[in-house]
Amino acid sequence: MIAVARAPAIDYAALSPLIALVSGTVVVLMAGLLPGRGVQRVVVPALTAAAILAAAGLSIWVWDADDPKTIIEGALSVDTLSVGLSMLFYVAGLVTVSMSARAIAVREAGAGEYHALLLGSLTGMVVLAQADNLVTLFVGIELLSIPLYVLCSTELRRATSLEAGLKYLVIGSVGSATLLYGLALVYGATGATDFPAIGAAIGERVSLADPLLLTGVALAATGLAFKASVAPFHQWTPDVYQGAPTPITTFMAVATKTAAFAIFLRFFDEALASSQTEWGPALAVLATVTIVIGNVGAIPQRSLKRMLAWSGVAQAGYLLAGVVVGTRLGLKATAFYLAVYLLMNVAAFAVVLVRERASEHGDDLRSLADLGRASPWLAWPMTISMLSLAGFPATAGFIGKFYLIDASVSGDYAWLGIVIVVGSMISLVYYLRVIAVMWMGRVEIDLPTVPPRRVRAVGGWSPEADARAQPEVAGIAILFAALIVFFGIYPDWLFDAASDVGRALGPLL
Amino acid sequence: MLTIHLTIVLFIPLATGLLGAFLPPGWARWAVVAGTVGVLAYVIFMLADFDRTSAGLQYVTNDRWIPELGIRYQLGVDGLNLFLIALTALAWVPCAVVSAFRVPERPRLYFFNLALAETAVLGAFMAQDLALFVIFFDLMLVPFYFLIGGWGSGDRVRATTKFVIYTLVGSLLMLAGAVALGVLSTPEGGSISFSLAELRERALGEGTQQWIFLLFAAAFLVKAPLFPLHGWVPDTYRSTSLPVLALLSGVLSKVGVYGFLRIVLPILPEGSQHFQEIVIVMAVVSILYGSVLAFSQDNVRLVVAYSSIAQLGFIVLGIFALDGNGAQGAVFQMVNHGLVVLALFLIIGVLARRASGSESLAELGGIAFRAPLLATLFLIVTFATLAMPGSPNFVGEILILFGALDTKLVYGLVASVGILLASVYMIRVYQRSMHNRVGPKVESREAGLLDLGAIVPLVAVVVALGVYPQFVLSRTDRATTAKIAEAAGQAEVAAR
Repeated sequence: MIAVARAPAIDYAALSPLIALVSGTVVVLMAGLLPGRGVQRVVVPALTAAAILAAAGLSIWVWDADDPKTIIEGALSVDTLSVGLSMLFYVAGLVTVSMSARAIAVREAGAGEYHALLLGSLTGMVVLAQADNLVTLFVGIELLSIPLYVLCSTELRRATSLEAGLKYLVIGSVGSATLLYGLALVYGATGATDFPAIGAAIGERVSLADPLLLTGVALAATGLAFKASVAPFHQWTPDVYQGAPTPITTFMAVATKTAAFAIFLRFFDEALASSQTEWGPALAVLATVTIVIGNVGAIPQRSLKRMLAWSGVAQAGYLLAGVVVGTRLGLKATAFYLAVYLLMNVAAFAVVLVRERASEHGDDLRSLADLGRASPWLAWPMTISMLSLAGFPATAGFIGKFYLIDASVSGDYAWLGIVIVVGSMISLVYYLRVIAVMWMGRVEIDLPTVPPRRVRAVGGWSPEADARAQPEVAGIAILFAALIVFFGIYPDWLFDAASDVGRALGPLL
Repeated sequence: MLTIHLTIVLFIPLATGLLGAFLPPGWARWAVVAGTVGVLAYVIFMLADFDRTSAGLQYVTNDRWIPELGIRYQLGVDGLNLFLIALTALAWVPCAVVSAFRVPERPRLYFFNLALAETAVLGAFMAQDLALFVIFFDLMLVPFYFLIGGWGSGDRVRATTKFVIYTLVGSLLMLAGAVALGVLSTPEGGSISFSLAELRERALGEGTQQWIFLLFAAAFLVKAPLFPLHGWVPDTYRSTSLPVLALLSGVLSKVGVYGFLRIVLPILPEGSQHFQEIVIVMAVVSILYGSVLAFSQDNVRLVVAYSSIAQLGFIVLGIFALDGNGAQGAVFQMVNHGLVVLALFLIIGVLARRASGSESLAELGGIAFRAPLLATLFLIVTFATLAMPGSPNFVGEILILFGALDTKLVYGLVASVGILLASVYMIRVYQRSMHNRVGPKVESREAGLLDLGAIVPLVAVVVALGVYPQFVLSRTDRATTAKIAEAAGQAEVAAR
């Protein structure tokens, strides 16, 4: 047989969002080399935003719930799951760009490099969400992680930022290595790299009881758990979240988690869908452990970023419940909660960022003291975000949790639903504390004192104490808090999007 | 003719609260006061218009809200919640008025929370969809969290955190229970529904009913509260400002108990039957425990707090006797207790001002000398609390005891001891504060016009209900008996 090199037919339309992001990365990196303050402060962020908006626009253009495509010989899958979750990445990316507008990190690391890395990481997330193949999965995860390792340490003159970057690099690499090893074993056991082929092989040739496949799946799950900060692989989260520049923390908290769950959903609910009864209980235990550890870990935190990191761990546990059940309802509930999770965390981190820049206490809980009186326009978004994270009604967080519990009970995991509410109970302790500090006058914070992370203005403009000095960040907080309440009362649009996402993934129940 | 629209009643307070938030600080209070008065006027009209011959729901609103989750925006009134809605509407007016004249700091936030609280409580009483009920039930906590923590006294943050965590633990368990109820009762191929009427049709297996019952009971019994789930009570009662406490104790405590009648008995009859004995024991223990502790308290608020535990014990006893009379009495007693406690807390506010802020029985005394009107009002309320014949509480407690003696003789007998104890601790409070030697820091003076204006209407309603209890009973009769018949009847069928 004569080997004929035949290039795969590529659907460039479906690939266009990725093309926009990659060319954006290159253009931004080049533009950053141009001289002039205006370039650094205006042109580069504007180009970055334009690239993201272009990708978002093209994604909407290719959005077609009735016609999921796999492109590049099955390497990438452009369906509602990947396109829908990509929207969340784009929102997170835009938020990060505007939150970085006054960031020290941008000035220290150079606007071109910073934004190009951001776009690179975003590209990785989109690839990961679309990955329908073990190889693209790994490429996506590395492409998203490596820029983030660098971005974490972009505040070059602050030791904790460098430490965060290094820690993330070391632990992230261990995670990637574990994942890669697991993927290799999965390939070895099934003889396929495409998810649908793996799914078919598991049905016919090999079962999950096969030690080779079982080890592979377990190792792959471990690697993904590192990325999603699912306990017990979450230990890096608080340190890295606290040390990284806050805009990057926001980006990691919302976008990385969404990407990790995108691949969790695709790997478990597509490739391994037929053996849900085998991996379901194991993941359910993992979810329980995550919920408990995350919520308990958040209680003694004084640093708001650490507290949000632990709360993010707990939320990952809630999200995992939607994966565990392996049903269409679970898929929809996870997608819904991911969107809600983005809103809640962006609102909270935006307030933290404003206060961190303005207050001498950095991201310590004390930086919020009496905020209700001093600037209610910041206190309300934080309050709404905390109430939503805790799952109070009239916020999107309540509906999201309701949906997840609904999915758990429908998927015969009623006890996991109860674990979710038990986790919410524990979480009240630390969410309500934030609200009390803002609204209820002098509050004794009965926690061990940790020296707060102070942010010094290194050069250029120094942010003033007023929220109005950072209108873009305060505006994000207010906008996202308003959306939390809006979707808490009128969630129809989110449900529509979630049910579109729920039509992806063929083999589900 | 004005058509009664529950949505309007429900959202008047919230609308005025939001309006107030954007008005100058001095105006917010009047917006909210106007809102509470508007609700009261509407509800009085509803009382007059209510068709007492019908056992079904009236003024039903039924719209789609979140179809994906099967949640409907469904409101309705029947004999069961009619007077609880009226109680809520009535209660908020004096509390808002009293607050409006003694302007708290940050008035816009205060009155917004007060208004939101009224909407949430009304919503919980009106909801005919389980998920909607859960939403309003949880939403109630948010304004009260702020009201206690922002405008309380003493260690208020600790108190409010404790209050919210205790009650939300119950509420969240109920959330899980509600979702489970909706999902598990969905027939094969059917779509999920949380409508109470629908859920009543879709029977669940006995084992499922039992664990779901426990989740609901956790929410309702903490809210009531019943022994031993009352851990939040002392701190909360000590730290909450009086108008808010009056609402908390007078109205909020009824929502949980109402939940038993509206949701648990009709939908989980076998679960209720299964745990009947345990709940009754808790109720009886609460009666005795609350009464004994009320007797040994020095702080007047705590006397009322523990007496409320005892009273709520009575009400729960009436419900779980699973007898028409008992439930009738329980519904009536909910209204009575609400009115009496509201009046009591407003009176305590006056007493504390006469005694330079002290609420300790050791420091009160002799207030009656130059305050005959206040003394009379207090005496009427005291008599009502200890269920003197001629007071509405007498009718309520007698009905409850009838019910209990009919079905659970022994518990009924033990519970009746509670009535005796009530007379002991209430008379002690009255004597110590109004008579006895004049306390060291006490200045005996008549209550001001504002306080009289707030207290007199409440006491007038108490007296009126004592004279003509039939006004309430004739309207609550059908719906209540129907609910009990469902629970008792279905359980009997199951037993056979």
